[in-house]
Amino acid sequence: MIPASFEYRRADSVEQALGWLSEDPDSTKLLAGGHSLLPLMKLRLATPGVLVDIGRVPGLSYVRDAGDHVAVGALTRHRDVEISDVARAHVPLLAHVAGQVGDPQVRHRGTIGGSIAHGDPASDLPAAVLALDGVLVIDGPRGRREVGAGDFFRGFLETALAPDEVLTEIRVRKAPRGWAFQKFNRRAQDWAIVGVAAVVNGGARVALVNMGATTVRARGTEEALAAGAGIAEAAARAPEGLEPPSDLQGSAEYRRHLATVLVRRALEEATASGG
Amino acid sequence: MSTTVADGPAAGVVGTRMRRREDPALLSGEARYVHDLVVPGALHMAVVRSPYAHARVTSVDLSGALASPGVAAAFSGAELAGEWSSPMPCAWPVTADMQAPSHLPVAVDEVCYVGDAVAAVVASSQAEAQDAAAAVAVAYEELPAAVDLEDAASDRVLAHSGLISNRAYTWELVPDADAVERAFAEAAVTVRERYVQQRLIPAAMEPRGVCVVPQPFGGEYVVYSATQIPHILRTMLGITAGVPEERIRVVAPSVGGGFGSKLDVYAEELLCLALARRLRKPVRWSEERSEAAQATIHGRGQVQEIELAADPHGRVLAVRVRLLADMGAYMQLVTPGVPLLGAFLYHGVYDVPAYAFTCTGVFTNKTPTDAYRGAGRPEATYAIERAIDAVARKIGADPQEVRRRNFIPADKFPYSSVAGLVFDSGNYEAALDAALELVGYEELREAQARRREEGATRLLGIGLSSYVEMCGLAPSRVLASLNYVAGGWEAATVRMLPTGKVQVVTGASPHGQGHVTSWSMIVADKLGVSPEDVEVLHSDTAVSPLGLDTYGSRSLSVGGTAIALAADRLIDKARLLAAHRLEVAPEDLELSAGQFSVQGSPSSAIGLGALAFEAFTAHDLPEGMEPNLEASATYDPTNFTFPFGTHVAVVEVDTETGKVDLVRYAAVDDCGNQINPLIVDGQVHGGIAQGVAQALFEEAVYDDEGNLLTTTFTDYLVPAASELPSFSLGRTVTPSPSNPMGVKGIGEAGTIAATPAVVNAVVDALSHLGVEEIAMPVTPERVWRSIGASAPGTGGGR
Ligand SMILES: Cc1cc2nc3c(=O)[nH]c(=O)nc-3n(C[C@H](O)[C@H](O)[C@H](O)COP(=O)(O)OP(=O)(O)OC[C@H]3O[C@@H](n4cnc5c(N)ncnc54)[C@H](O)[C@@H]3O)c2cc1C
Repeated sequence: MIPASFEYRRADSVEQALGWLSEDPDSTKLLAGGHSLLPLMKLRLATPGVLVDIGRVPGLSYVRDAGDHVAVGALTRHRDVEISDVARAHVPLLAHVAGQVGDPQVRHRGTIGGSIAHGDPASDLPAAVLALDGVLVIDGPRGRREVGAGDFFRGFLETALAPDEVLTEIRVRKAPRGWAFQKFNRRAQDWAIVGVAAVVNGGARVALVNMGATTVRARGTEEALAAGAGIAEAAARAPEGLEPPSDLQGSAEYRRHLATVLVRRALEEATASGG
Repeated sequence: MSTTVADGPAAGVVGTRMRRREDPALLSGEARYVHDLVVPGALHMAVVRSPYAHARVTSVDLSGALASPGVAAAFSGAELAGEWSSPMPCAWPVTADMQAPSHLPVAVDEVCYVGDAVAAVVASSQAEAQDAAAAVAVAYEELPAAVDLEDAASDRVLAHSGLISNRAYTWELVPDADAVERAFAEAAVTVRERYVQQRLIPAAMEPRGVCVVPQPFGGEYVVYSATQIPHILRTMLGITAGVPEERIRVVAPSVGGGFGSKLDVYAEELLCLALARRLRKPVRWSEERSEAAQATIHGRGQVQEIELAADPHGRVLAVRVRLLADMGAYMQLVTPGVPLLGAFLYHGVYDVPAYAFTCTGVFTNKTPTDAYRGAGRPEATYAIERAIDAVARKIGADPQEVRRRNFIPADKFPYSSVAGLVFDSGNYEAALDAALELVGYEELREAQARRREEGATRLLGIGLSSYVEMCGLAPSRVLASLNYVAGGWEAATVRMLPTGKVQVVTGASPHGQGHVTSWSMIVADKLGVSPEDVEVLHSDTAVSPLGLDTYGSRSLSVGGTAIALAADRLIDKARLLAAHRLEVAPEDLELSAGQFSVQGSPSSAIGLGALAFEAFTAHDLPEGMEPNLEASATYDPTNFTFPFGTHVAVVEVDTETGKVDLVRYAAVDDCGNQINPLIVDGQVHGGIAQGVAQALFEEAVYDDEGNLLTTTFTDYLVPAASELPSFSLGRTVTPSPSNPMGVKGIGEAGTIAATPAVVNAVVDALSHLGVEEIAMPVTPERVWRSIGASAPGTGGGR
């Protein structure tokens, strides 16, 4: 529970963080809320030589109405997303999901950027961003680029971010109605065994938590709905093509079953909420 | 939050819901735990542990550690072997022929579980010690491991190369074998059930910690330890490390929970002492959470087979029990005796004429097991309370009705049980009635039927558990008959200081129970002072040299009784002094609210405070009286106490996902007279939470190689408040005749009662689908599978 020794630097700007990252990108790690990185370091599963703390970089914590979408600064804490009026009005799914992450301590420290950048398929916010057709804004030595959420999550704890880049903004499409989130776990503060984020207006998008190596879409369900299938029939196809993990909280077989139940419940709820 | 239907009578402070005097310091962070102690110059120890469940240690290379920054020393097991004058102690060799492999604090050539110590490193900081420990290179030759309990019992693989069998002992209690055979042969109804008591990780809020400070002169050591048993620890450290006992002072500072896991003598305590002796420097160690999961004892770990023979009405005629009990890799302090604490209770609250119990203790290559909240009694209660429901299902009767038909009737107390105990007092039906009323049983049964008829996917289940336990450990003579090497008495001293303030010295050693509050309430009423004027001294062998510590719900009924008796003796002495001052005969004085007054002329009076000052100045004492008001007592109980009650759990089961929600919980407990019903509530709350934890959440999971997989709180699921409903609490009061205050223990009752209540509720919710058994913890996946297995086509799994 004591991390290996490392050097700590606190960045005052994204530019400074990028500069430090470029010195030795492979053994340098950005530190945001620390609620994913520090546990890994304490268990010595991560041993970065340099930590660049971006937690106090000004201007990266906001939730803004940007016309057809909402823009969220990467350093916005889960709790600030949860209680943001803009998020609640235009992307209530995102606000709701932020309120379901871990426990109050986690929500007051963890950031949306950290959650997305970490690329953990068991995390809740990536599924919400995927369901909301999100776009990730990335700054790096080669300038700024934008990556769609569908292309961002590459593998287990693996994303489109290069080691010398910083995620600065998360953009999500407005969806004031017709959404639902189902999180199934054994204790209130736990990670989801399976989770479902669904948006049904303008073509259903259904994203799943903990149903594969990355946050994934329930393509089978989406296709079935597009072809006019009913909710139950579409939900039954939720695990199609997916390879969920088996662990102490549930076997792959059980997760597949849960996905069908939870997707059905999510679609019913989303439809009832104005889909 | 909770309703208390019957608080005790409240003449003085005893019986009132006084808030705990301990809490401000605990809640404000003022309390100091071992890890908080500032000891200049202390070396920090890290322990190198085996990553294999079973292996031969072929070499230990310490050079990397010794070259590591800040390191003072590093030792292999072989280098430390000379430090021990005897192996680690087991105080409960349950049978004369019990097998117990030698257990040294640091293994020398064979490691027998993942977490077994192989080397120790000390450095100037905890971080440096851990870095250096990682640099110790140990070469192992892996051996096959005995992991599964039943497989280990077959002796296919031996857990220790020196054993000829993994079977450590077989202990039997069969008062009349023929009677049991006859009952089963003639019974109209029999049930035969198999239950698995999964291993549990005690997970006290504060992990263990030790700090040993050698004194500059005289070869003395102060041992600070997060322990429940400073007195036993002192003796055992002396014997094992070869330090004269009087040179060891053990202090348990604030201790953050134990639940039995700190009722032990651990390798790290011995190591810190030996290294402090060797290096002439303070040596300290603070356990980490994941380390605690492996290096601190586990609880439970049994495979139970229970059979009941009954008549057509479900009246139980005989109980037959066979246990396999997982000892783990070694015998810790009371490992072998834990199942025996339940051996006498497998007939539960029922009047059963024939009884047979046998238990085989088995070594496995896993963390040693030992006492964990309830120790043997939760296992026994689980088996009989699940099995009685099986009888009810078989004869198609309401489980509460079958319980009623079998209860030991209230007029049969004191009750001589078939297993040889004398149950002190009880009224089981009254507690059942109160619990059913508290929970609204009839309405719940109607709601359950409605949901079934509607074909709801959220089914309702109602589970009962009527329990009795034996606690207040223990009459020394009974312990002797069970081969336990120590007694069960407790010692106390009560003294009044010159200003009339009171000091209580106790051998009980609190670690969260609220003893300071309870003891000061008892003494306050005796001496007519306010509880705030009573100081309670404990958990330091220099201050309280005699004691047998805290476990087995013994502190009030044994230690509290010793305190009450000492206070009475102090009053006896004060009476003589008062008679002298008032120039009357002692018999003419009556004591009320701390004042002695002459019967018939109340104006002639003197208070205990004034008498304390007189006794202190000693200017004018009666002939032959010694100065000061002080008295001691040592109390050895004549019997255990037998708390009882009925708990009712109400669950909702989601048949689509298998999720179980505990939606309501009612508990009616009877612990005799209550000193402080608020503290009783607290004990019951925590106890229920821990019982629910076993039923629904917690399990120490090992893989086939003997690796513990649940070493963090992401995998080992300790429930929190969010997983529990508000409990409805009630009480009946049936005083114990076996101690003067009429009290019984309450520390373990909740845990003992809750587990079967919850599992019975889940099975009850699903019984119409054919579900009869779901292994603990009852996870959503297990529920889902059991529905699928019992009733194919209802939507469940396979
Ligand atoms: C007890 C506990 C329970 C939890 N439960 C849940 C849960 O139920 N659901 C859930 O979704 N999450 C849960 N989490 C995780 C939590 O949400 C984390 O806070 C979050 O996943 C990571 O955010 P962070 O700001 O803490 O990131 P950090 O831990 O600081 O960083 C995580 C990773 O992302 C990188 N990173 C961070 N910010 C950036 C950036 N702007 N650009 C590029 N890379 C970056 C870091 O270098 C690091 O590799 C839990 C965590 C804990 C400790």
